[in-house]
Amino acid sequence: MKAIAWARANLFNGVWNTILTLVAGYLIARGAWMAIDWGLIHAAWSAPDGRACRAITNDEGACWAFIEQWYRFILFGRFPPGEQWRALIVVILFIGMVVVSCDRRLWRSAWPITAIWVVGLIVSFILMHGGVLGLPVVTTDLWNGLPLTLFLSVIALAGAFPLAILLALGRRSDYPIIRALSVGYIELVRGVPIISILFMASVMLPLFLPAGVNIDNLIRALVGLMLFYAAALAEVIRGGLQAIPTGQYEAADVLGLSFGQKTRLVVLPQALSITIPPLVNTFIAAFKDTTLVTIVGLFDLLTTASNSITDPQWRGFYVEAYVFVAAIYFVFCFSMSRYSRSLERSTER
Amino acid sequence: MTGTDPMISLSNVEKRYGAFQVLKGVSLEVARGEKVVVCGPSGSGKSTMIRCINRLERHEAGRITVDGIELTDDPKQIEAIRRDVGMVFQQFNLFPHLTVLQNLTLAPVKVRGMKERDARDLAMQLLETVRIPEQADKYPGQLSGGQQQRVAIARALAMKPKAMLFDEPTSALDPEMIKEVLDAMVALAGQGMTMIVVTHEMGFARQVADKIVFMDQGQIVEEATPTDFFSKPKSERAQLFLSNILGH
Ligand SMILES: Nc1ncnc2c1ncn2[C@@H]1O[C@H](COP(=O)(O)OP(=O)(O)OP(=O)(O)O)[C@@H](O)[C@H]1O
Ligand SMILES: [Mg+2]
Repeated sequence: MKAIAWARANLFNGVWNTILTLVAGYLIARGAWMAIDWGLIHAAWSAPDGRACRAITNDEGACWAFIEQWYRFILFGRFPPGEQWRALIVVILFIGMVVVSCDRRLWRSAWPITAIWVVGLIVSFILMHGGVLGLPVVTTDLWNGLPLTLFLSVIALAGAFPLAILLALGRRSDYPIIRALSVGYIELVRGVPIISILFMASVMLPLFLPAGVNIDNLIRALVGLMLFYAAALAEVIRGGLQAIPTGQYEAADVLGLSFGQKTRLVVLPQALSITIPPLVNTFIAAFKDTTLVTIVGLFDLLTTASNSITDPQWRGFYVEAYVFVAAIYFVFCFSMSRYSRSLERSTER
Repeated sequence: MTGTDPMISLSNVEKRYGAFQVLKGVSLEVARGEKVVVCGPSGSGKSTMIRCINRLERHEAGRITVDGIELTDDPKQIEAIRRDVGMVFQQFNLFPHLTVLQNLTLAPVKVRGMKERDARDLAMQLLETVRIPEQADKYPGQLSGGQQQRVAIARALAMKPKAMLFDEPTSALDPEMIKEVLDAMVALAGQGMTMIVVTHEMGFARQVADKIVFMDQGQIVEEATPTDFFSKPKSERAQLFLSNILGH
């Protein structure tokens, strides 16, 4: 009853609205039907190879048998199959650490979060790399797929965030040298495509290092991403800092708070809470941008997916592969977006 | 230090913004427990003068001392003076992300090193004296202007200052809220606090001030007791100002 009243008030109030509702409704229904038809009704769920699968679907439905055969490769790439449980634990650990860090009750002091991350990262590294506790060594070039994507984006963002706060504060510093350095860094890095930063980190950095010193390609990409994200986040945070009225600084000053206390207890909490939406936006964009590490030879989730469809037995199931990967990305990005909404609501007052 | 030393003393204080000289040699002595009301036309430098006392503005010439400590560029001196001088602003400037109680306990805990518990007890006691203990757990945005300003007074008092500066504490308030803030200030004056109050509330000045200071164009033009100031202002500028502000 309520639904009918709502629809009447919002969807069918007037001739044009009614027409618009009907047209939009038709398009949505048709799209949904095509998706169901392709993804469920005419889909094939198991088949020995690509040719057999196509015979079942008659090219009118999805060949999920491909995902069934290849999901482990897409998720973990060339990580040795017998050791993939280690990578799976790391994925769960990373998601767990991020989810736990999202709990506002933990933010009162820096220690719990720092401890969780230090321990979590050490455990993750041991699990991924092995070489101790009887775990066979897995070199970093075999860290592929979802663990790599999470590893790069989460660590790069976690490292970039504090750096971005320092840069944003530096940009507003009273000391000309600090200000010039911050502005120079931010503008330089922001003015360059992320791909060229990755190239520089991966190709040019070794040229500057003394012979014999070799930094792992993964670390180089990680540092490149971190430096890039720091500049992007710094600009977002600067926007928040600018919105804090001078009266807040003065009130903190006359109470005798030191510069550090004023920044930590008065300015940053306010600046960060008003920048939650653009911050999360940047996080989501950054998470998707990690896929660019493919150009320096790293196999992230998207790269493993596009490699999977080159198998002679299963050639050309790119729609299935990309739908699968897109669904994974969607789950992560949508969660971030929902979390941002809930944070926004809880800081509104 | 003897009890007869002034609490706050300014001598020949000068301050300029670029080519514009805001303070042209201001001298003022405020004894312990004395209440000084500062008035004068807009732009005469009242705010600038009291903001110099706790270094929100830097004075360029002259001497400022608070309780015997001279205000110099030395951060230690500045820190010491700020700990002893409370300030209340026209715009309240409460911390919107903290509750009323947290606004009051922040500085005592972080700056004075007071125990959380003691700070909270002190804060509740101060909220009682400004008569809003029931608002302790609200956020500033949920309070009326008058309530916010009373919280701001309590916040400054929580640092146990030796002197309090007020810069037009009631100018941003709706008329019906002015009285509750002035009442809190009158009560504070009754406890012997040293106060410098920039205000155009002449009723308050009559009731509380030991001394009225009239400023114009960066100078103190007249210093007098309220009775003298209101009945027979010496300078023409003060006469004009009074007739404007009292509306006849
Ligand atoms: N940051 C600044 N830069 C330049 N000029 C300033 C600055 N702050 C104040 N002034 C000028 O200094 C003069 C004195 O200002 P001040 O705020 O001390 O006056 P006031 O007596 O408090 O006036 P009001 O009653 O309007 O508050 C004004 O002419 C003002 O324009
Ligand atoms: Mg003023």
